[in-house]
Amino acid sequence: MDIAVNRPPPVPLAPAAPARAHLRNRLQRNRSVIPGFGLTMGLTLAWLSLIVLIPLSTVFIRSAGMGWSEFLAAGFSPRAVAAYRVSFGTAFAAAFVNGVFGLLTAWVLVRYEFPGKRIVNGLVDLPFALPTAVAGIALAAIYAGNGWVGQWFEPLGIQLAYTPIGITLALIFIGLPFIVRSVEPVLEDMSAEVEEAALSLGARPWQVFTRVILPAIMPSLLTGFALAFARGVGEYGSVIFIAGNMPFKSEIAPLLIVTQLEQYDYAGATAIATVMLVASFAVLLLINLIQAWSRGRMQA
Amino acid sequence: MITLDGITKTFGGYRALDNIDLEVKDGEFLALLGPSGSGKTTLLRIIAGLAFPDAGTVAFDGEDVTGLKVADRKVGFVFQHYALFKHMTVADNVGFGLSVRKRGQRPPKAQIRARAEELLELVQLGGLGNRYPAQLSGGQRQRVALARALAVEPQLLLLDEPFGALDAKVRKTLRRWLRDLHKQMGLTSIFVTHDQEEALELADRVVVMDHGVIEQIGTPEQVYMEPATAFVSDFVGETNHLPGGIHVRPHEFRIVEDGGQPVIVESIFRKGGVWRIEGSLASHAEVVELDLDATLAPPSPGDTIRIVPRRLKTFPQSGATSHDQA
Repeated sequence: MDIAVNRPPPVPLAPAAPARAHLRNRLQRNRSVIPGFGLTMGLTLAWLSLIVLIPLSTVFIRSAGMGWSEFLAAGFSPRAVAAYRVSFGTAFAAAFVNGVFGLLTAWVLVRYEFPGKRIVNGLVDLPFALPTAVAGIALAAIYAGNGWVGQWFEPLGIQLAYTPIGITLALIFIGLPFIVRSVEPVLEDMSAEVEEAALSLGARPWQVFTRVILPAIMPSLLTGFALAFARGVGEYGSVIFIAGNMPFKSEIAPLLIVTQLEQYDYAGATAIATVMLVASFAVLLLINLIQAWSRGRMQA
Repeated sequence: MITLDGITKTFGGYRALDNIDLEVKDGEFLALLGPSGSGKTTLLRIIAGLAFPDAGTVAFDGEDVTGLKVADRKVGFVFQHYALFKHMTVADNVGFGLSVRKRGQRPPKAQIRARAEELLELVQLGGLGNRYPAQLSGGQRQRVALARALAVEPQLLLLDEPFGALDAKVRKTLRRWLRDLHKQMGLTSIFVTHDQEEALELADRVVVMDHGVIEQIGTPEQVYMEPATAFVSDFVGETNHLPGGIHVRPHEFRIVEDGGQPVIVESIFRKGGVWRIEGSLASHAEVVELDLDATLAPPSPGDTIRIVPRRLKTFPQSGATSHDQA
């Protein structure tokens, strides 16, 4: 008690001290405990340039060699536009379907224990591991007019294989793991307590889903959607077997690029490639913005 | 009034609750106290409707609610880790219970917002309605969780280790504050804790549980001063086990010049306003802890002091050993 009373009043800091302290804090904050930032960052940038940026930039450089009118003619020919529509349309539809069923799959894998769970878990990753051509052949066999599944739709006048529906089916197959694996950790992280809290406040099960669970997993669902969509736009191997590849109907843009190349039309191929690149980038940017917005609200 | 009758719950062969009977009076602040695995949280969840008993009934005011789901029981539940909705503002969290009501019973948006502000004011978080949970401290989050539970005007408030995740200082302030709030609102409340100090400070009555059975129900005073079993004596407050099933609290020893039991002092340190002496009984090689008025000169390690208990409780030894295994 006495000691506390007799303690001298704190000495006021010299006027310059706060500024100096501030600077020191900043320097200290910038110094990382984990060494090697300079080296690893340098290597990362060099590697990314070599692997990603330089190859992509050649696409632009090549197409820049063409004139505007030439570029537009090649990149936006009716056949190319139709191919974009097929590529982006089917990729979007497939990513959307995967969003629903991938979420369901992730939910089942996280929330329930059942015999054979490990096998189901492994099945989800199969589309990752399988050579896409194998998937393409298998899917074409099943969904063709005389295949296991296709034969039931044929009499109804619905053709699955060799139409955009077939392409979408292939892309659903390819994209499933992206959604499941993006959503799974977030669902696992979400405690059952949050759901119980909502229930205890009188929420009905569907309200718990739409108002509590879905908003919480939205950022990861969007990530999965973006990944599945990007993969779908670029997918080639599994699609060409089932697509039928008819110009204006079921021809995807990557296939059109290959076709152009086979005809030694490098300029036309790069023009289409450039359009694809810009469009994909724009879509990913948009999804990322939405994601950043919804994530920012939660972490602030 | 809440009446539990013969509540039994097993988890895969393990008896979490064994034939529990309990009555909670209106307006009472009741503590379920016990170590982990004693079944206290399971019991709270059964009262809430978040878990269902294998046998027995739960009745609110004489009405059997055993089969009712949590959404239909009109209880407020506060979770240990807050369980706030991270993507909603604090005000939206508090208003959630009102906003999910059926269309006919749902108040208009402005009214929900006003009610949320009012409750935030009550839990001393006025003006923070537009923040997100991530922007609040642990103590503030727990108060949001409480306001959210109160928003639906429950007839019963249930709190599961409400201060468990908070640091000691915040816990103490929040504890006092919760006690005042309970006095002010008079809402029947049950809270679960493993912290005997918390139970003794807050509760009107304490239910001490162990291994799925109730060991004692009583006021904090009764539970501390008149423990019904060796387990209660051991779990609530500190107790020395002396030979012959004798339990003596550290502060219930007296130092005497002659007679008594000789104790060799092993270590001594200041524990708040008393000296805490750890020594061994010369006769039985048992470790004893005793408190000595800190205004007196303390003995030194190695000294022999002579002690007599001022007050003691004797329990059958077989009971004591079976609980010691716990």
